Amino acid sequence: MSTTAVDSAGIARSPFLCHEEPHAHNGTLLGFWIYLMSDCFIFASLFACYAVLGTSTAGGPTAAEVLDLHGLAVNTALLLVSSVTFGFAMLEMARRKKGAVLLWLAVSGLLAAGFVTLELREFASMIADGAGPGRSAFLSSFFTLVGTHGLHVSVGILWLIVLMVQLGKFGFNEANIRRMQCLSMFWHFLDLVWVGVFSFVYLAGVLR
Amino acid sequence: MTVKRLRGLLLLPLVLLSGCHLALLDPSGDIARQQSDIMLVTTGITLLIVVPVLVAIGVIAWRYRASNKQAHYDAHWDHSPSLELLVWAAPLLIIIAVGAITWIGTHQVDPYRPLSRVAPGKPVAADVKPLEVDVVSLRWKWLFFYPQYGIATVNQLAAPVDRPIQFKLTSDEMMDAFSIPELAGMIYTMPGMQTMLHAVINKPGQYQGFSANYSGEGFTDMRFTFDGMSQQDFDSWIAKARASGGTLDLQAYEQLRQPERDVPARAFGSFEPDLFTRILERCIDASQTCMSQTMSGDAMQDMHNDNAAPTDAAKPDGMQAMAKSQAALFVAHGQPADPRASAKH
Amino acid sequence: MLEPITHPAGRSLLFGRLTLDSLPFLKPDLEGHIVLATLVGVLLGGLAILGIVTKKRLWGYLWNEWFTSVDHKKLGIMYMILGTVMLLRGFADAVMMRAQQAVAFGPNMGYLPPEHYDQIFTAHGSIMIFFVAMAYIVGLINYVMPLQIGSRDVAFPFLNNLSFWFTFWGAITFMVSLFVGDFSTAGWLGYPPVSELQQGPGVDYYIWGLQLSGVGTLLSGVNFVVTIIKMRAPGMTMMKMPVFTWTSLCTSGLIIATFPVLTATLLLLSLDRYVGTHFFTSDFGGNVMMYINLIWVWGHPEVYILILPIFGIYSEIVPTFSGKPLFGYSSMVYATCAIMILSYLVWLHHFFTMGSGADVNSFFALTTMIISIPTGVKIFNWLFTMYRGRVHFTVPMLWTMGFLFTFTIGGMTGVMLSVAPADFLLHNSLFLIAHFHNVIIGGVVFGVFAGVNYWFPKAFGFKLDEFWGKASFWFWQIGFWLAFGPLYIMGFMGVTRRLSHFDNPALQPYFIVAGIGAALIALGIGSFVLQIAISILRRKQYAVGGDPWNGRTLEWATSSPPPGYNFAFTPNVHQRDAWMDMKKHGYQRPLEGFNDIHMPSNTAAGVVIGVLSFACCFALVWYIWWLAAASFVGVIVASIVHTFNYHRDYYIPKDEVRTFEHSGNWQPESQGANA
Repeated sequence: MSTTAVDSAGIARSPFLCHEEPHAHNGTLLGFWIYLMSDCFIFASLFACYAVLGTSTAGGPTAAEVLDLHGLAVNTALLLVSSVTFGFAMLEMARRKKGAVLLWLAVSGLLAAGFVTLELREFASMIADGAGPGRSAFLSSFFTLVGTHGLHVSVGILWLIVLMVQLGKFGFNEANIRRMQCLSMFWHFLDLVWVGVFSFVYLAGVLR
Repeated sequence: MTVKRLRGLLLLPLVLLSGCHLALLDPSGDIARQQSDIMLVTTGITLLIVVPVLVAIGVIAWRYRASNKQAHYDAHWDHSPSLELLVWAAPLLIIIAVGAITWIGTHQVDPYRPLSRVAPGKPVAADVKPLEVDVVSLRWKWLFFYPQYGIATVNQLAAPVDRPIQFKLTSDEMMDAFSIPELAGMIYTMPGMQTMLHAVINKPGQYQGFSANYSGEGFTDMRFTFDGMSQQDFDSWIAKARASGGTLDLQAYEQLRQPERDVPARAFGSFEPDLFTRILERCIDASQTCMSQTMSGDAMQDMHNDNAAPTDAAKPDGMQAMAKSQAALFVAHGQPADPRASAKH
Repeated sequence: MLEPITHPAGRSLLFGRLTLDSLPFLKPDLEGHIVLATLVGVLLGGLAILGIVTKKRLWGYLWNEWFTSVDHKKLGIMYMILGTVMLLRGFADAVMMRAQQAVAFGPNMGYLPPEHYDQIFTAHGSIMIFFVAMAYIVGLINYVMPLQIGSRDVAFPFLNNLSFWFTFWGAITFMVSLFVGDFSTAGWLGYPPVSELQQGPGVDYYIWGLQLSGVGTLLSGVNFVVTIIKMRAPGMTMMKMPVFTWTSLCTSGLIIATFPVLTATLLLLSLDRYVGTHFFTSDFGGNVMMYINLIWVWGHPEVYILILPIFGIYSEIVPTFSGKPLFGYSSMVYATCAIMILSYLVWLHHFFTMGSGADVNSFFALTTMIISIPTGVKIFNWLFTMYRGRVHFTVPMLWTMGFLFTFTIGGMTGVMLSVAPADFLLHNSLFLIAHFHNVIIGGVVFGVFAGVNYWFPKAFGFKLDEFWGKASFWFWQIGFWLAFGPLYIMGFMGVTRRLSHFDNPALQPYFIVAGIGAALIALGIGSFVLQIAISILRRKQYAVGGDPWNGRTLEWATSSPPPGYNFAFTPNVHQRDAWMDMKKHGYQRPLEGFNDIHMPSNTAAGVVIGVLSFACCFALVWYIWWLAAASFVGVIVASIVHTFNYHRDYYIPKDEVRTFEHSGNWQPESQGANA
């Protein structure tokens, strides 16, 4: 007994086979989301270190002494607004308006660059004051946690530039739309992490 | 009784096989013996399920071999609710039993817990003060302070039988584990932190001690002898150590802490009183601030903001193993050993 | 050797701290000669291979068909080859350790000074875990899992290729340390303070080798999860997946959640070493215990990352050779998931003796014991699968039987160690060494050999030689107990691990027996290599069709070896054991009516990024900053260039599919043996 037959149209028929290729699911967004979750674990480890070492000042400056909340307000505003502007870029992409998308991306990138610049200035002034990462375990964990976030933002900016070039050159093809969606997730993810850094490191540190 | 029989059962084949003394199965100190008992009882309970499983593996494999056409063959039998309940329940019951013993035992032989007995049925007399020994692991040798007797020794340790011993331990630079299998289970020594161990030796004799945590190239030779003695012998041992003269002061310690391998035993007739604390607080060098001093600033601040902090704020958890030991050292502070401030800056 | 790191000036701008003195084979002592002999051997062997490849004009073939391939099957095979080569290296380390411990008594210091012995046990442990066990696991999942779910490839074929090259260059980083510089002496987990204080490139080799392979493994984990979630054949619901696929899913989940912790921990260690931060230092507020907690937060789940897919392998083999479906499929799945979750909650049992206090210790002791419940359930389920079956003792089944015996005992000694008060006695003793080799050799290694014997005919179209397969099994089985039985006994005597010299002459006979055990295991490895060589020579004689074992799952539904596209038509699944279901209903393979098949194209990007990453890591080890910077930029540029390639796929025309479907290797060998 055979359950496989070739019908008159020359197509193989069997209940055990798919005669047409099943629609290929695109797993990129899921995969990228999972990658972000794994990135969460890197940050979780660094947060855990900060939780343990945050008061190990070794006689050096404490969080309340070195952290500057005024600069922080500007910094946080820059990053949060860049998330909003990235959202505008995504909306414009839904309408397939290339110029507007590029504009909003550029704005987001500049805001994020401003964030990184301010952060680097904060780092530089701390190091100049003798509160560098080698001073105490508290400062080591502070610089590493905040620096890792800053590094992520910098990678995001680089990615954003590359994507702008690709959008400009190749338009809204399937791959570019997917990449925009991934970068958008990445961008908002970094915002979320920053909220954690902001409350856990800066606010808690100054209030302590 | 059961433990004893179990011990006999387990020991017999192993002893026949080894012809050597299996320290972990028949130790000479009460704490080690309790730990060993717990090990044997729990192993016995585990065997209740492991032995039948091992037999069943053999029996089932043989019975249902392909060439045995007599055996019942059922190509579709792939589940049975009652059997599945059984295969979850059986290990669960075993684990409940083993877990209960473990929970109780872990608290009973907690190295931080002062002894309540020196041997089965022999509680610690009210007037007996434990022998205090402060232990420092160095590269790659052991330093023992006897604060009650004012002597210090290197790579040799002695204690009178049936007298509780209270070890306070720290390390100079590396992470080691203070281990005398015949006496009690091991405990880590770590720089800037203090761990504790309570134990007692019940039989006179000479035992091996060593580091049980790898700490670099001289680790292999990091051994010492531990003598269980009568009170009389112990007194004369102390007297001999005292007579050997020499003072372990900061300079002598600076020399002693230099890495060296295969170090012979020696004794110091006296030592600088706060030396152990300075090692613990990492301020051997006069230019270094002791940890409790750099910490007091933080601690004050902490108390100011967190009035509820109890003395034992140091909840021991995975990240703060030293909390317990630190609680004594740094009151009202649950932080890991805080560091010295160095003169380098 | 163990002195705080200083940064002496006067390093060469061109070569960093790499000098002629860093080359151990130039030293005129015994180790120098050993390393020199090894180097000459490796060079001659390497040259011979290069010569043959060049003479037979295989470079193009290797490049096009293997190095740049994104085919999960070829990558799987490359992982298996990498694992086997590294097994030889790791085992050579084991032999040196056994030899040293068998002779180094009393006045005889043995032939290895401690600083070399320490490097050897460090290399042995880390290589065996990261580049043998992990390579084998990822290789087997790569090969089998997409076939089992009826897919054409993994979700991200290029990433899969990149993962392989990261792992490969990580292994090379370890191997280079043999000939250039030295290796870490800090043990396989790189505990500080030893790893903080050791000068020279050793620990840095360790860090960067692991970082490379860790990234590769993480990417593989993401890849596998997405593949399993998104690319199963229609009709294959989660509870119809083969158990090996289930265990692959759980293992990948563990990889995703733990390897980032390893990456972060090693990053902090490298910051301490390179930048002078104070995470794990003794002074300035650093905390050694944090490293130990973090590394075991990764390290304990890692053990389950290794063993879960192996459980899956046994769960495929036992039903196949018992002629019955797996007993208690749902139990098996739930047990796997339970193990996955519980494995996060046990890490502290690796250091009960650190002084955490009784409450903490009790908690972690209990969670550890609870893990043994689902593990026990699995053993019972395999037993009941054999029950009322027709058990054929083929080589894969033999390994499985060996596993059942050995692993059950290993599980018992594990429960002994989980009893915290007992662990105070047993911790770091040779008992511990015997225990974890008991579960890793008796579980993982036996499982890998079972899996290789089981799936080899699928991958190559011919079976492996039975005689040498059985010889390998018995050498391993007996060798294992001879090698580790004495260690169990010495553990009870209180003998601790990592010693390079002993005073007590009474111990020597045990170490000699253990050495004999290692020699038997060497024969086992030799038999395995011979088994493969002989089988290749007799491949005509041993040739089999698509379904040589009367298999149950979809990988047996295609030819051996499978075509690049795996299945001419994507299978439509109705039941568990989908292929058995098809066979029962008289399924016949279609020979006409094919469609074009959409496939991913090969790419050289993985090779390029891999090489550049290795250059970067090597430069970082030796402080060759210009090269580190240049190759780092290279990695980024290469990645960006790769994203400008939008044409990453092609179609296999239906005529080509038809040609293969008529010429492939199909006919089932053991028709109706049990069905």
